[in-house]
Amino acid sequence: MYEFDWSSIPGALPFLWDGMKISLEITIQAVIFGIVWGTLLAMMRLSSVKPLSWFAAGYVNFFRAIPLVMVLLWFFLIMPKFFEQLLGLPAGTDMRLASAMLGFALFESAYYSEIIRAGIQSVPKGQISAAYAMGMTYNQAMRLVVLPQAFRNMIPLLLTQAIILFQDTSLVYVSALADFFGASYKVGDRDGRLVEMLLFAGAVYFVICFSASQLVKRLQKKYHPA
Amino acid sequence: MGYQWNWDVFLQPSATGDDTYLGWMFAGFKMTIALSLSAWVLALLLGALIGVLRTVPNKMLAGIATAYVELFRNIPLLVQLFIWYFVLPELLPTSIGDAFKQSNPVMQQFLASMICLGLFTSARVAEQVRAGINSLPKGQKNAGLALGFTLPQTYRHVMLPMAFRLVVPPLTSEFLNIFKNSAVCSTIGLLELAAQGRQLVDYTAQPYESFIAVTLAYVAINILVMTLMKKLEDKVRVPGYMGGK
Repeated sequence: MYEFDWSSIPGALPFLWDGMKISLEITIQAVIFGIVWGTLLAMMRLSSVKPLSWFAAGYVNFFRAIPLVMVLLWFFLIMPKFFEQLLGLPAGTDMRLASAMLGFALFESAYYSEIIRAGIQSVPKGQISAAYAMGMTYNQAMRLVVLPQAFRNMIPLLLTQAIILFQDTSLVYVSALADFFGASYKVGDRDGRLVEMLLFAGAVYFVICFSASQLVKRLQKKYHPA
Repeated sequence: MGYQWNWDVFLQPSATGDDTYLGWMFAGFKMTIALSLSAWVLALLLGALIGVLRTVPNKMLAGIATAYVELFRNIPLLVQLFIWYFVLPELLPTSIGDAFKQSNPVMQQFLASMICLGLFTSARVAEQVRAGINSLPKGQKNAGLALGFTLPQTYRHVMLPMAFRLVVPPLTSEFLNIFKNSAVCSTIGLLELAAQGRQLVDYTAQPYESFIAVTLAYVAINILVMTLMKKLEDKVRVPGYMGGK
C-alpha cells in the first residue's frame, strides 16, 4: 500500500500562498473585465443597430464554441511573438501573466454577456416604456432603470460564474505559470510527493468553491424567496 | 509584419515521414471525438442514476447523490484529471496499479481522460435530470401512486419518460461542453486535437496556420453537435411544455 507523507506541505505554504494570490488576481481581474465588456456586448446584442448586434453575436458564439485551453494556448504560444513585434518589446519578455489575464478576460466576457443579456431581458418591458414616458433618453433609461434591476436579478448567476472562473484559472498550467495548482504541482514534483500535493490542492479547491457556492445559495434565497 | 503564410504546409509529409500534417490533425480530431463520445455515454448513464437518486425520499441515498454532485462540481477539471492519472494508480492495490502503469501509455491516458471527463460531466447531467424530475407537476407522481404503482414503478412508467424528454435541451449544452473540456486532456499528453495543434506549431514553424486550423475544427464540431441536437430536440419536444408546439 501507498505510504502517505504530508511533511512537504507546511514548508511549502508561503509558495502555495503566492500561487493562490495569482489565481485570485486572475479571477478578480477577469470577473471585472468580463462584467464590463460583457455588459457592453449584451447591450450591443440587444441594440437595434444591426452591425453592432451581429458583431456581439459573432463574438459570443465564437468564444463559446472553442475550448478555454485553446484560447489560453493562443495567448501563450502565438500572441506573445505578435505583441513583441507590434510593440517593439525585447524578445523573450515574460508576458505570461498579462497574456493569461487578457485571454481569460476576453473568453469569460462571452459567458458573462449571455448572463447579462438574460438579466436585461428579464426586466419587464413596461419599465423601459415608463422610463421613456418620463422623458428619459435611452442611456438614462438603461443606466437608471433597467441595469440596476437586471444586475440585482443576476447577482447569484454572476457569482456562480465567478466560482467556475476560479476553477478554470488552474488551466494556466499550460503556460507553466505558478498559480495555486501550478505551485502545488511544482512542490509535489520537486519532493517526489505528487500524490499528496495533488490531493491537497483538490481539497483546497473543494473547500473554497463549496463554501462559496453555499454562500451564493443563501444569497439566492434572500433575493428570490421561493 | 514579415510573416510568411503557407497553407500548403498541411499537405507536406510530417517529420515522422509516414503521414502528412493534415493527417496528424485528423488523428487528433478522431481522438477528440472518440474521447468525448465515450465519456458522454458514461456521463449519461451515471448522471441519470445520480439525478434520480437526488429526488428519492430515502435520505441516505439522496445524501450520497448530493455529496457526489458537490464533490465533482467543486474541484477544477484539471485537478480531477491529474488525480485520476497520477494519484489513483498509486493508491490502488500494488498489483492493479502496476498493471495499469505497465499498460500501453496511450491506453492509460485515454482511460484516465474518459473516466475523468465522464464523471465530471455526470455531476452536471445529474443536476439537469434532477431539475427535469422536479419540474414535473406533483400530480403526476401522486396519480401514479394512487393507481397502485410502487415508487420505482411510478419513476419508470410515469415520471422518467417525461423527465428524460424535458432534459434534452439543457443537456445539449453539456454535450457541447464535453467536447470543449476534452481539450484539457492534452495536459497529460493525450494526442487529441489541441495537443496536435501544439505539435503542429513545433514541427511546422507555421504557428498561425496550425492554430487557426485547430480552432476552426473546434468550431466545426460545435456547429455539427448543435445541428444534430436541434434535430433531436424537435423530435422529443413535449407538446404544451416550454418550447413545445
